[in-house]
Amino acid sequence: MVESINQKQNFLKGIVKDNPVFVMLLGMCPTLGVTSSAFNGLGMGVATMFVLLMSNIVVSLIKSQVPSKVRIPAFIIIIASFVTIVEMVLEAFIPFLYEQLGIFIPLIVVNCLILGRAEAFASKNNLISSIIDALGMGVGFVIALTALGAAREILGSGSLFEFKFVSEDANTFILFILPPGAFIALAYITVLFNKISIKNN
Amino acid sequence: MKKKKDTFINMVVSLFAITIIAGFSLGYVNDITAGPKAKAKLEQKVNALRLVLPTFDNNPVDDIQLIKSDKVKDSVEIYPAYLNNEFVGAAVIGTTDKGFSGLIKIMVGFKPNGAIQNIAVLEQKETPGLGTKMKGEKFLKQFRNMNPSKFNLKVKNDGGEVDALTGATITARAFGDAAQMAFDEFIKYSDSLIESKN
Repeated sequence: MVESINQKQNFLKGIVKDNPVFVMLLGMCPTLGVTSSAFNGLGMGVATMFVLLMSNIVVSLIKSQVPSKVRIPAFIIIIASFVTIVEMVLEAFIPFLYEQLGIFIPLIVVNCLILGRAEAFASKNNLISSIIDALGMGVGFVIALTALGAAREILGSGSLFEFKFVSEDANTFILFILPPGAFIALAYITVLFNKISIKNN
Repeated sequence: MKKKKDTFINMVVSLFAITIIAGFSLGYVNDITAGPKAKAKLEQKVNALRLVLPTFDNNPVDDIQLIKSDKVKDSVEIYPAYLNNEFVGAAVIGTTDKGFSGLIKIMVGFKPNGAIQNIAVLEQKETPGLGTKMKGEKFLKQFRNMNPSKFNLKVKNDGGEVDALTGATITARAFGDAAQMAFDEFIKYSDSLIESKN
């Protein structure tokens, strides 16, 4: 039965077995676009996680009231509203992060991770399971983006969370903070992640 | 609870309800964030002004002068600074779209004699790690206390006196371009700025 989901496994699946970035390859646009530093990755991850959590809650609550033929537009309106709220709050209270993430904040609307979880999970499961699912997936997404951002920042600018450990003039692999570096770093981390998780099973 | 059937009325009612609730909640959040949003923007501007201007005791944001120029689409913003009613300098917004990724917006602070006090980068989309080094101390310090009437704001490759950024000559060139524009506007209006307070 749906109700007998093991909540611990429900939470952990988002981090390891079904990690949204490294296993399901969902939400690639922000993953590649904003991870030029660990802090940007973390900020984007947390913003996405908040939207995911709120949309899973609302979708799960109203699932029986929405006729199935109009469920996708209904979900999109809910997601877009929360994204706009996040955007306004960031602009008002964390202008620094708002400037860094730029166009990628409104683009959270079309992050397939969020619509994917609303459609595949929250619209079929109860509130508690949906919250746990959103938290698991969200944490998995945050970890993935922060790891990718950290790897690119270390290689590309020789720093981590803005803390520099090479001199100002040192030559770093600038490629890694440019767009092609995102693809290269993502590919290697994905290989590594899957190798370790297969080995441990 | 039973799932609602796909009748026309059900679809209209549910979408109508969702959009109304979404609309009202967005309006509400917009209302409560409008104040802090404007404040954050102003604070950013005032911080930049503090950075590029000598000590001042007026509010340059209130004394802003908008000047129409044929070089840029919008008017040029000039923020005059006064200490004890004496003109101590002005900050001019310099813009250029010759950056590697388009628009670069900088704020240049001038002393009354035209020498540069300091420069702050307001907006840019340059390559991280290359062009963004124009925000660094190493690049900016070569402009301080220089008077652009003697100090050529072009990069050394173009016969000027500015040390370009490694791997980002275009950015450095655009930066000099924006600074030159700010200086031209400052020179044109510095006399009127000194008079306007007296």
